[in-house]
Amino acid sequence: MNAQRCWVFGENIDTDQIIPSQYLVLPLNEMLPHALETQSDHFAKEIKPGDFIVAGANFGCGSSREQAPWVLKDLGLRAIIAKSFSRIFFRNCINIGLLLIEISKIEEFSDGHILSINVDKGKLTNETTGKHYLFSAPTGLVKEIFDAGGLLPYLLKQDV
Amino acid sequence: MGMTLIEKIFAKHANKTFVVPDEILTVDVDFCMANDATMRLNVDIVENKLKAKKVWDPSKIILVMDHQVPADSPQTAAVHEMSKNFAKKYGIEAFHGGDGICHQLLVEKYVLPGQLIIGADSHTPSVGALGASGCGMGSTDICATMVTGKTWMKVPQSVKIILNGTLQKSVYPKDIILALIKQTGAGGLVYKAVEFQGKSVRNFSVSERFTLCNMTTEAGAKTAVIEPDLNVYKYIEQERNISVQTQDRWFSDKDAKYSQSFGIDLNTLEPQVACPHSVDNVFPVSSVVGTKIDQAFLGACTNSRIDDLRIAAEVFKSNKVHSDVKLDVTPSSREVYLQAVREGLMAIFIEAGARVNHPGCSTCWGACQGVLASGQTLISTQNRNFKGRSGSKDAKIYLASPKTVAVSAVRGFIADPREI
Repeated sequence: MNAQRCWVFGENIDTDQIIPSQYLVLPLNEMLPHALETQSDHFAKEIKPGDFIVAGANFGCGSSREQAPWVLKDLGLRAIIAKSFSRIFFRNCINIGLLLIEISKIEEFSDGHILSINVDKGKLTNETTGKHYLFSAPTGLVKEIFDAGGLLPYLLKQDV
Repeated sequence: MGMTLIEKIFAKHANKTFVVPDEILTVDVDFCMANDATMRLNVDIVENKLKAKKVWDPSKIILVMDHQVPADSPQTAAVHEMSKNFAKKYGIEAFHGGDGICHQLLVEKYVLPGQLIIGADSHTPSVGALGASGCGMGSTDICATMVTGKTWMKVPQSVKIILNGTLQKSVYPKDIILALIKQTGAGGLVYKAVEFQGKSVRNFSVSERFTLCNMTTEAGAKTAVIEPDLNVYKYIEQERNISVQTQDRWFSDKDAKYSQSFGIDLNTLEPQVACPHSVDNVFPVSSVVGTKIDQAFLGACTNSRIDDLRIAAEVFKSNKVHSDVKLDVTPSSREVYLQAVREGLMAIFIEAGARVNHPGCSTCWGACQGVLASGQTLISTQNRNFKGRSGSKDAKIYLASPKTVAVSAVRGFIADPREI
């Protein structure tokens, strides 16, 4: 598993920050340069596929816009690690197959730390500090949806 | 053991007699709503990804153009056009091209007590004002339901908010909900079903109940509800000119279980203001009085119904908008707009110096009208003050009741509504 950097954000990062309202009428690929632009000048320009986001509590609160997780997924984000997630965002991420990891000791991560994960073992490693963290990997229906690549591929497989 | 009102609504829609919190159910929904904010994505999912030849039941799908109306750009106009074509293609008659804000239309025209509604908009819990349960979801969930008529839900734990006492002069339900969010925090009610109870709630109009339910989203709630009473049935009968069956009573059992309870004493509640950049950053108005403002907004699904407009018009009858302030007034629906015109309220706003806009999300969506420049300050009746919510990320947004917004627009700075 490749180890890559994380981008650290604060608490209550709402979906207006992830993708501001005025860009939602655009096609998805034209939204990508604006991801999290209110929070960081560098993020959308410099993020590489396989990078991680680490954030405080209630990540993804606010508007139900599914464009928010889509933009992060299309930028190539490996996973979002946060103290907690808001309800609609959590559900949207399962539906589009973007991995979310809840852990409590977020303060042990700094911007630019190198991380790696083993999803099957539910293990996250901060390669910079050498610390390991266990998380609960998806199970049951959620795992089935996730493994299919999201709710739509899952439904299509079931011939709904 | 008894069930809460929300548990009863979930049980009915899962075709079960009893459910418990955290149980996962497959439910039928009564209405599935979407709006122009996500229609580009929704159309792509239903037509191109699911390749659906038909939808589950065209009479139960409601499409509302409200976030960017009238269209501000060719891109927005294209989204409205593709939404209209989508409605025609699938036989969806409930297409609203410019009739008002989706949640307002759900309450005015469609929803009945005890129903379960899902909407591609986080403020769908607003329908709790009628004793129904509304849940906001993303596009994939909404589109899957448009095609199948079903969705999965985890039964939320219910939380009780007890309101006792009487609101003092110039204090409103907006102040109650801001005070509650201060208590719980922005993530304090994540995944919870919020039920407002207490004698005071019985005296609130449907519009006032709407304001309470609408903003539970800002504490993370999944849904919100108020037991429907005679006020609600009368409202529906008058509004839609139909007779509503009242035998089907919806209430929480006396021995229902709540995971938490909060209380707010209305007798001592002061007017509240949420300060930048978080809805839980709430203080009594007295601690921010004097903050200079550039703009004021009377609108958004939270507070732009006829009673809100009446409260503000009362202030502008004998006071002009301050020369340094721009005031935007955006009614919540065509019907509210027309009523306000008939009552002469719009003339009062226009004469006082306000700009009146066609019904829609307006400044609260921050994408098509009344947006702020860097360094500017807004006081608004909307429900969110996130960074960049209404224009520049370097603008400041304060949230308050219609009266506080109106009085501040007159003074040119945040003012105590009890002054006028």
